[in-house]
Amino acid sequence: MSTNGNKATLNDHEQRTAPNGIKLPIYMDNHATTPMDPRVLEEMLPYFMEKFGNAASRNHPFGWVAEEAVELSRERIAKLIGASPKEIIFTSGATESDNLAIKGVAEMYREKGNHIITAVTEHKAVLDTCKHLEKFGFRVTYLPVQKDGLIDLDDLKRTMDDKTILVTIMAANNEIGVLQPIAEIGKLCRERGVIFHTDAVQAIGKIPIDVNKMNIDVASITGHKLYGPKGAGALYVRRKNPRVQIVPLIDGGGHERGMRSGTLNVPGIVGLGKACSLAMEEMPQESVKLAGLRDHLKNSIMSRLDEVYINGSMEHRLPGNLNISFAYVEGESLLMGINDIAVSSGSACTSATLEPSYVLKALGTGDDLAHSSIRFGIGRFNTEAEVDYVADRVVETVLRLRELSPLYEMAKEGVDLKNVKWAAEAH
Amino acid sequence: MSYSDKVIDHYNNPRNVGSMDKSSADVGTGLVGAPECGDVMKLQIKVNPQTNVIEDAKFKTFGCGSAIASSSLATEWVKGKTVDQALEIKNTEIVKELALPPVKIHCSVLAEDAIRAAIGDWKKKQEATKPAAVQTVQ
Ligand SMILES: Cc1ncc(COP(=O)(O)O)c(C=O)c1O
Ligand code: FES
Repeated sequence: MSTNGNKATLNDHEQRTAPNGIKLPIYMDNHATTPMDPRVLEEMLPYFMEKFGNAASRNHPFGWVAEEAVELSRERIAKLIGASPKEIIFTSGATESDNLAIKGVAEMYREKGNHIITAVTEHKAVLDTCKHLEKFGFRVTYLPVQKDGLIDLDDLKRTMDDKTILVTIMAANNEIGVLQPIAEIGKLCRERGVIFHTDAVQAIGKIPIDVNKMNIDVASITGHKLYGPKGAGALYVRRKNPRVQIVPLIDGGGHERGMRSGTLNVPGIVGLGKACSLAMEEMPQESVKLAGLRDHLKNSIMSRLDEVYINGSMEHRLPGNLNISFAYVEGESLLMGINDIAVSSGSACTSATLEPSYVLKALGTGDDLAHSSIRFGIGRFNTEAEVDYVADRVVETVLRLRELSPLYEMAKEGVDLKNVKWAAEAH
Repeated sequence: MSYSDKVIDHYNNPRNVGSMDKSSADVGTGLVGAPECGDVMKLQIKVNPQTNVIEDAKFKTFGCGSAIASSSLATEWVKGKTVDQALEIKNTEIVKELALPPVKIHCSVLAEDAIRAAIGDWKKKQEATKPAAVQTVQ
């Protein structure tokens, strides 16, 4: 969010310090991406220069050193999700992992059936991949979600038929942080011999994920959501009970046991591995800390403002996520008022399409409240002082914008906004 | 989204925020947009019935920063103009003044609509009070 023309002015912002000593701007958008953990960077650095080898070079130490680092990462990632190292395939990130999982399974099991089940609140990397497959004769069911953002397991049961080959449901939602009943979905799929893929990008390293206990067959992972590097991801593909096979998207040198050709991004892979081992060690304390900060933020805002609504289940939710709608205030104008804080809004005005968040709409949140929503993503490096600052700024800005809002005025006069005939512009 | 200095200035120091008595004969009220679309503007004008000059204007807006700035600017521009002069204000002039990017053009369109709606409302009241004497300007 810049203040002069089109030039991003993060440098200007970096100079600023709030009266209580906190550095501005505050980053609280950890679902979009996370800052790198310095310990991750430190581990990656040698692999750019001294240890530059190609992990596929079998004939000299340069290659062996790189390969060793890649294999250590494979172990670390596998350990975090209860998998075995051979079940981890490196990719360029979760968009690729989602594509590889869904298209790879669809093509491999085409003979068996052509039906895929997903949910309306999935990430675009899943939804658009499914849409693509529809053009090639696949039938896709997009399950609705309930008011709290969770799918209804009975819906899932009802939609499964003898042509169903794949169920793809995310572990944690990137907008509302809602956790789907992954273990129950996995059990249902296993009973019916249907492959279960989960986009676990937002969940891995934040909540415990165990591919065996949860009967997950394929899972997407990305480095930059867990304090690792961007452009480094992985796909877990089950090797036994049952063995899952996928058709590659990228053909070539036969890397990653033929499932994903291309010279491995060794520094990125090292970073992803380190990020996973840190998450493994720190998750128990970190998740308690994040949930504490999140609840503090929520209480601090809600005790001072009326007509504030939480989007999605509070019970089944990522520890660091809070998604709230501030009635009568439009999200982008709110972001503008708190421009020393980096968060996101589901408002249409912040999107290129002028459509408010499809995730919030799927919960049955009215368009008006979807326009008023803010997503807070609290992460490893946020502090309580920052949370206090954010809560104060949000409260004061919402109060100011409500004074400016004709809707707030009408509501206070007792006008039922639902019954007003709006002279809407078609746009 | 990055904003021009003028948008930021109007957002931080909106001009003429407030409400006037919408039942008064001299006041015209325009309410445009819809909450579902993420933008609602209320623009009010107070017109001198002798001179047709807009003596005061007030607004309240639910919408993005550009929508707030467009309506704030609109109140500044209509003040001191006659009703007919105010009708000449074009959304493209607002776009230019505030340096709005293409995705924000509809915010300026809404401001132009709000001016027209307020004037339309005022005219209707005028016709109602002196039905025979006033010529209708369409
Ligand atoms: C749930 C989910 N899936 C997939 C992605 C895409 O990940 P990547 O940026 O690694 O391609 C993201 C991140 O934007 C996400 O939040
Ligand atoms: S009010 Fe939506 S973009 Fe301006």
